[in-house]
Amino acid sequence: MRMTALIKRICQQMLRDKRTLALMFVAPLLILTLMYFLFNGNSVTPKLGVVGGDSSLVNAFKDAEIKVKEYEKVTKNTVVDDDLNGLLQLENGQMKLTLQNDDPSSAKGLQAKVNQTVSALAQSKLIQHNPALAGMIPKKIETNYIYGNKDTVFFDVLSPILVGFFVFFFVFIISGIGLLRERTTGTLERLLSTPIRRGEIVTAYLAGYGIFALIQTVIVVFYSITVLDIVLVGSIWNVLLINLLTALVALSLGILLSTFAASEFQMMQFIPIAVIPQVFFAGIFPLEGMANWLQMIAKVFPMYYTGDALKGVMYRGAGFSDISGDLIALVIFAAIFVVLNIFSLKKYRTL
Amino acid sequence: MDQTIKVEQVNKSFGKKPVLSDVNLTIPKGQLFGLIGPSGAGKTTLVKMIVGMEKSDTGSIHVLGEKMPNLSLLQEIGYMAQSDALYVELTGEENLKFFASLYKLSKGEQKKRIAYVANLVNLTDDLKKRVAAYSGGMKRRLSLAIALIQDPQILILDEPTVGIDPELKLSIWKEFLRLKNEEEKTIIVTTHVMDEAVKCDYVAMVRDGRILTSGTPSELKALYKTDDFDEVFLKAGVKQS
Ligand SMILES: Nc1ncnc2c1ncn2[C@@H]1O[C@H](COP(=O)(O)OP(=O)(O)OP(=O)(O)O)[C@@H](O)[C@H]1O
Ligand SMILES: [Mg+2]
Repeated sequence: MRMTALIKRICQQMLRDKRTLALMFVAPLLILTLMYFLFNGNSVTPKLGVVGGDSSLVNAFKDAEIKVKEYEKVTKNTVVDDDLNGLLQLENGQMKLTLQNDDPSSAKGLQAKVNQTVSALAQSKLIQHNPALAGMIPKKIETNYIYGNKDTVFFDVLSPILVGFFVFFFVFIISGIGLLRERTTGTLERLLSTPIRRGEIVTAYLAGYGIFALIQTVIVVFYSITVLDIVLVGSIWNVLLINLLTALVALSLGILLSTFAASEFQMMQFIPIAVIPQVFFAGIFPLEGMANWLQMIAKVFPMYYTGDALKGVMYRGAGFSDISGDLIALVIFAAIFVVLNIFSLKKYRTL
Repeated sequence: MDQTIKVEQVNKSFGKKPVLSDVNLTIPKGQLFGLIGPSGAGKTTLVKMIVGMEKSDTGSIHVLGEKMPNLSLLQEIGYMAQSDALYVELTGEENLKFFASLYKLSKGEQKKRIAYVANLVNLTDDLKKRVAAYSGGMKRRLSLAIALIQDPQILILDEPTVGIDPELKLSIWKEFLRLKNEEEKTIIVTTHVMDEAVKCDYVAMVRDGRILTSGTPSELKALYKTDDFDEVFLKAGVKQS
């Protein structure tokens, strides 16, 4: 009865606050959409300068979607002056590739393409001279993918983690500031002069903000999968379940940390400490490559488990039993934070 | 149960700073008890302890025979904090409804109490407005209405009439007297205004966390041989130091 009153009041307050609602429901969609376009952008055709190449080489580059510009003579500054991505010089049978390398990943891409084209050309010339070799040289390597396919882009791997992170981030901020406002305006103290129990307050807060977290999670997940067409190999129910548990952890952590903040500004100061590091350990950067002690630290961040589970379900198609370990970890986090919350209210009243 | 509130040898300090030292009070049922004292004297701290929102370092506080803090007793205590603690996004009525539903009240009683307390503080016409659009005095009146909502036996009001115009102040004090006389409510009021202190049945003067003197207003006037209550307060302070 008292809890329903509290939940109803939280809902009333949230519904009156249109901006916060918009932040919670629209902002994650905007950011996800933006990221989608950023990562799915078509790569530009690289520009390659060639000195002393024959026409077969130039044509081979053109077939490989490389823009070729032929030069008679080049200076040291040609690459920069003509804004070439690379410059290939052939002299006495030697090849020299100069890369601008202003963007390392596209420079690597160009390097691989040039290598491929040159060796393919060499192969076909060899076969022309000596047709007997044709059977010995594989024409093309057939590539199979265990997860994803040849169209998989970084965004497909990143997006499950992003979905989880946005749920975490926005729920954390909104619930944290919600309870903080209650503290700073004195209404929390006022509330504790009524016969309500501390546990009831914490539960009602979890439920009240939980309703909004639930709606947000559903919106974000459905938008990502239906509109943005993010890969989802596993079950959507598992995705929802993971995100809901993540929201619960964020909710209880936000409420807990608001105890240690005296103002909204101080609450914001928790973002670089408690929220941003979560991204590092959520699986965007491969954990295997991290130092051992970093891997240990990763395990105390809830997003580590969320990221692992979401990547598992959405990208690799993991089932419930595969992610149950992650889910249990999230439940434990939430339980610890809830208990700490009830204790932290002791500051106001011992009962 | 004659003694509604009993405070015995209560000490309290925040960090190293002593805020209350050796406070003893006995308040019988149906008394209008005034706590007067300058700013920072410790009045708010003392009433918060009676409500059970602040822990005393030593000593004990009993309300209606039960040791505080006690959850179920809070049903019988209406508390009005010194600073308005209201949900400004909600309307006055929603605030009243919310607090009403935290107490044991049937739906019908809730409605009746809301109408009654709103009328009492003259807010009936503004109930549908959001509290964010209330004036300072209106917020104060709403806080008072919330303290009365569950019809408690004990009212603990921390500077209830600050920011309220003289006319309404008079009618609110009339209501305090009526609540005390007709419904036998025990009321504790803190104030620094002497003309309010005179209306109390019994007054305790607090300064630097100590009770300097206490008695009925007329007793105190006789004790310090003056007709002016302000002077009583000044003389009591001088005598102490
Ligand atoms: N939470 C707290 N932490 C530290 N000191 C406090 C705290 N609350 C009150 N105090 C100190 O206790 C003393 C008494 O404060 P209290 O609020 O009880 O005074 P008061 O008599 O109600 O004053 P006023 O008339 O201004 O409301 C003050 O010196 C104040 O600085
Ligand atoms: Mg005070």
